[in-house]
Amino acid sequence: MQLLEFQAKELFREYGINLLDSISSTKIEEGRKHAKELGFPFVIKIQVPVGGRGKAGGIQKCQNEDEFEIKYPQVMDLTIKGEKARAILLEKMADIKKELYLSIFLNRSKRCYTIIASNEGGVEIESVKNQIIKEVGLGDVPDEVAKEVAKEMELEGNTADQFVDTLKKLSKLTIEKEAELVEINPLAIMQDDTIMALDGKFVTDDNSNFRHDELQKYQEKTAIEEQAEKSGFSLVELDGDIAVVGNGAGLVMSTLDMLSDNGGKPACFLDVGGGATTESVYEALTLISKLDRVKGILVNLYGGIVKTTVVAEAFLKAYEDNLIDLPVFSRLKGTESDKAKEMLQGSRTKIFDSVEEAINAAVMGVKN
Amino acid sequence: MTDIFGILKGKPEDSDFEKKGVIVQGITGAYGSLHSKNMIAYGTNVVAGVTPGKGGQKFEDSVPIYNSMQEAVDATGAKISIIFVPAKFFLSAAKDALNAGIKLLVAIPEHVPIRDTMEALALANEKGAVIIGPNTPGIMIPELIKIGIMPAMPFKAGKIAVLSKSGTLLYEISDALTNAGFGQSITIGIGGDPVNGTRLIDAFEMVKDTDLDGMVVVGEIGGDSEEMLAQRIIDSGFNKPTVAYIAGRAAPKEKRMGHAGAIVMGTYGSAESKVSMFNKANIPVAKRPAEVPVLLAGKMEKSD
Repeated sequence: MQLLEFQAKELFREYGINLLDSISSTKIEEGRKHAKELGFPFVIKIQVPVGGRGKAGGIQKCQNEDEFEIKYPQVMDLTIKGEKARAILLEKMADIKKELYLSIFLNRSKRCYTIIASNEGGVEIESVKNQIIKEVGLGDVPDEVAKEVAKEMELEGNTADQFVDTLKKLSKLTIEKEAELVEINPLAIMQDDTIMALDGKFVTDDNSNFRHDELQKYQEKTAIEEQAEKSGFSLVELDGDIAVVGNGAGLVMSTLDMLSDNGGKPACFLDVGGGATTESVYEALTLISKLDRVKGILVNLYGGIVKTTVVAEAFLKAYEDNLIDLPVFSRLKGTESDKAKEMLQGSRTKIFDSVEEAINAAVMGVKN
Repeated sequence: MTDIFGILKGKPEDSDFEKKGVIVQGITGAYGSLHSKNMIAYGTNVVAGVTPGKGGQKFEDSVPIYNSMQEAVDATGAKISIIFVPAKFFLSAAKDALNAGIKLLVAIPEHVPIRDTMEALALANEKGAVIIGPNTPGIMIPELIKIGIMPAMPFKAGKIAVLSKSGTLLYEISDALTNAGFGQSITIGIGGDPVNGTRLIDAFEMVKDTDLDGMVVVGEIGGDSEEMLAQRIIDSGFNKPTVAYIAGRAAPKEKRMGHAGAIVMGTYGSAESKVSMFNKANIPVAKRPAEVPVLLAGKMEKSD
């Protein structure tokens, strides 16, 4: 899970990393109160769990009350990369001398934490120049390594000391919370030479959630995502009109790719896990029935031992219960597929022998 | 370097040649017992199970159950184990196995915390052991030994090595290979987690000097292990016909696509990056699973 900026900053504050004053809100009434407490001028920042907020107009300077009344609702109404605003953060204006970059991430292929730092921050990581990269093992960043990074960044005196302090606090936070990535970009040197985290990105390892009750309050799942998780499925909502269901993450991704190659637009990625039973397929159809925009369902199930009749039963039951009234285009690889085809005759579910045929039919089917 | 065939088959002079013993950790759980039965039916020599508190009992009236890995290893001398315990107990089960002298550990559980995987890996390195997974379908030599949860049907003995991050795509693509007449010498499930006990490059090192006609790599978005593999293939001068498939070209950025490891951050982990590295290594990348055997056949013709 990727935390929102204000949530990441809550953790930064807890670990003693320097921050500007800021307050988050979800309604303009609250925002007005905060504006008074904070005092103009400040910055209005959209809270979404994706990058690229500045370019999309999600970060606006605000000089006075009139501007606030216009800009707060404007920013609140933005959708960035499909993500609606979860909250608004009002933050004091910064008097910046220089922008740095600092992150600690879990290096997947080297299997250890790795620091990336640069004295040219404030842009997306791909564009950050002069990257200093240091692999640091699994424990806290040692003093001498932190000092070395500061030196390579050409920081001196008090600024270097503050940077070392920030890096060590960030490392402690990363390790204690088992984060996959913690990023401060920019980490700013202010006119008065103090160092401050102006932005915060924090990606958790969700598989370690059971050890981190303190992070549970940050879970921002939609009702439908929560239901999917309860069923042991994984669901990613997308903005097309063909729901894509299958067993196994790789297989569903592959189906999504082929659908897109053929001009289809996926409405969701839904992985129902290894096996396929009447219950799990019915449950998947229940989830899909709750998504808007869906005009057709593409099902790709592969199982050496999956009985396709069991899957056919789920479709029939879903129509019978009026759960769905959508055409289903399915490829079911398994046993007894002739019998399954017979069962589904006359229903809105068609079984195809190959996934390619099912995809072509789905793309044509939703056009009409 | 790991002699994976040596571990899985042994040498002709061994008394247990092609019948290497496997211990199942979590043999009495619903999942563990189902797949233990399937492995036994496939011909895998399951010599013991471990479930704390159930020592002395027998699985299916024949396989002895022990309370700890140490007891199971002492009694059987097995060097291979497979873990079916819930993710939160994975680390303690893995330590139990590695400390008892297991040399090949197949880790089935999904949702293991990354830190636990890294700790288990550190211990495995210290002990000179190999971990396959976590979140893997397992490893198999078709028609000889299956240590995992894969169905038997798609696989056939042959001379193509298949390395795959995904489970169902491994089955799907092996099925297509089998139908096209390409049997498999070995299939290795890398797993869908961010950190893999055996990375694609490690699996490549295991198979590259074995008796092969070709290799198939099934990757997916996330991380850079496909890029590392492509670079290693270039550097090593490996020249057996190789074909790749990458899932997730149409996936949005910054979203986890089912697997914990299947996420694109910026350009890190993107399908484009992987495809372009494979192209650089002169390895064609299939657009669809069904295209894999077609491309492989094309590569074979050229290399003749």
